[in-house]
Parts: sequence; C-alpha cells; structure tokens
Amino acid sequence: MGLSTAPTELDRPRGDEDLDRDRPWLVLVWNDPINLMSYVTYVFQKLFGYPREKAHRLMLQVHNEGRAVVSQGTREKAELDTSRLHAHGLWATMKKDD
Amino acid sequence: MTGARVRRTRRGTYRLKVSREERDLLRSLPEQLRAALESSDPGTVRLFPPAHPDDAEASDGYRALVGDDLLERRLGALETMEATIDAPELDEEQITAWLTTLNDVRIVLGTQLDVSEDPEPLPQDHPDAPRMAVYGYLGWLVSEIVEALSGDLDG
Repeated sequence: MGLSTAPTELDRPRGDEDLDRDRPWLVLVWNDPINLMSYVTYVFQKLFGYPREKAHRLMLQVHNEGRAVVSQGTREKAELDTSRLHAHGLWATMKKDD
Repeated sequence: MTGARVRRTRRGTYRLKVSREERDLLRSLPEQLRAALESSDPGTVRLFPPAHPDDAEASDGYRALVGDDLLERRLGALETMEATIDAPELDEEQITAWLTTLNDVRIVLGTQLDVSEDPEPLPQDHPDAPRMAVYGYLGWLVSEIVEALSGDLDG
C-alpha cells in the first residue's frame, strides 16, 4: 500500500523550491493517545525517508510538545504529505507558514 | 530477538507466530472495520481528520480531493488482510496492509473507548473490558510488526 511519491519529492532538500514569493506550507503532526511511539517513528522514516534519529526526534517532539512540523513545501506537496499521513492514521494538519 | 512473534525470513518474507485463537480474532477484524467505514461509525472520525482545523471550507476541499482515495486505500488494505489471513508467510506489501488495517482498527477501538495514553485495565465485568483487551492486544501486535519492518528501513 502507501500513497507513492515520486523519489524527486523525497530527495529534494528543503529550500530547493522556488519559495521566494511565497511562504511555504507546513505539515504538522499532533500528539494523540492511540498511535504507538514506535509506529509514529516508523511512519516518518517510511514516508519521508528520514534517518531513524531524525524520525525519532520528531516523534518525541510530537509526544512532548504536542505537535511537530514534519514536512514543508508547496501547497500541493503539503496536501500530498498530509494525505499520506492520514492514510497511516496520524493526526496531520497543514497551514501556511507565518 | 527473543520471543519475537513477527520474523523476517531470509527470503524477505514475514512469518507471524499467532495462536489459533489469535488468528480467529484477527480474522474478524477486517469485516468489522469495513462495517465501521461503510456506516461512517463515529469511531472512524480519526481516520479522516480535517486537514485545515481552522478552515472548514478548506477542509471540505481537501476531503473532496483525497477522501475517496483514503477510503479506497483502507478498504484495499483490509481486503489484502482478508485474502492472506491464513497465509503462512506474508510479503512486505501484505504485512504492510495488515499493519494498516490493525492500526486502523486500533484507532477506531481507541476512539470508541476514548482511551488515554496509558489506559487503566478495566475490571473483567466491565462492559468495555473485551474491547479494551483487543485494543491492548493490537498495540502489542502492531509494535511487533513495526519492529520487524523497521529493521528493513534501518538497513
């Protein structure tokens, strides 16, 4: 399964997009009492290709601070990432950076 | 590792060591999830969160864009689990479908039971005790599958 993303999306470093005239969209994941910490780490690794340490750190940020920004980019990319997170049962939202 | 109930074989497939009772419980879950999804059971609300919490219109737009796809993916995953429920080994795509379905069921149960992060065990005669027991069991099984799959991600 899995909403597949083109590898170019996964590998593209932050800031590589033309964001000059536009603030990026942020994808946030919110803490919830149900999803397991190990599962959330696994999803971040799998969807975004993050190394385990980064995925683990983001998971802890969600757990301890209630939310974390897990990806950013164009509105289309944020929509895609949000839907992939939703497909995995995570509580994700998106907003324009402020 | 000791006691691992989900093992990755050398051929890259996955073996689940579950008792017949466990498998019979697991067998019942895809249909329960399908019924909950198709009846828009309130327990499924967390499976389709609003993408824009402060903007109902934008959330509706997002839902119109991806809602059907999200539902179809969930139904596809539970169909894969149904089709492979007695398989001695699962390939990566199949065990990932199991993980999706098991986690979805866990989310629906946890929502219905309104669980906290570390739910207290319920007394045996509590009406929610059987569902809470299934919720706890699924947490354990999900963590076992995640551990087996994470080994691959870490290379």
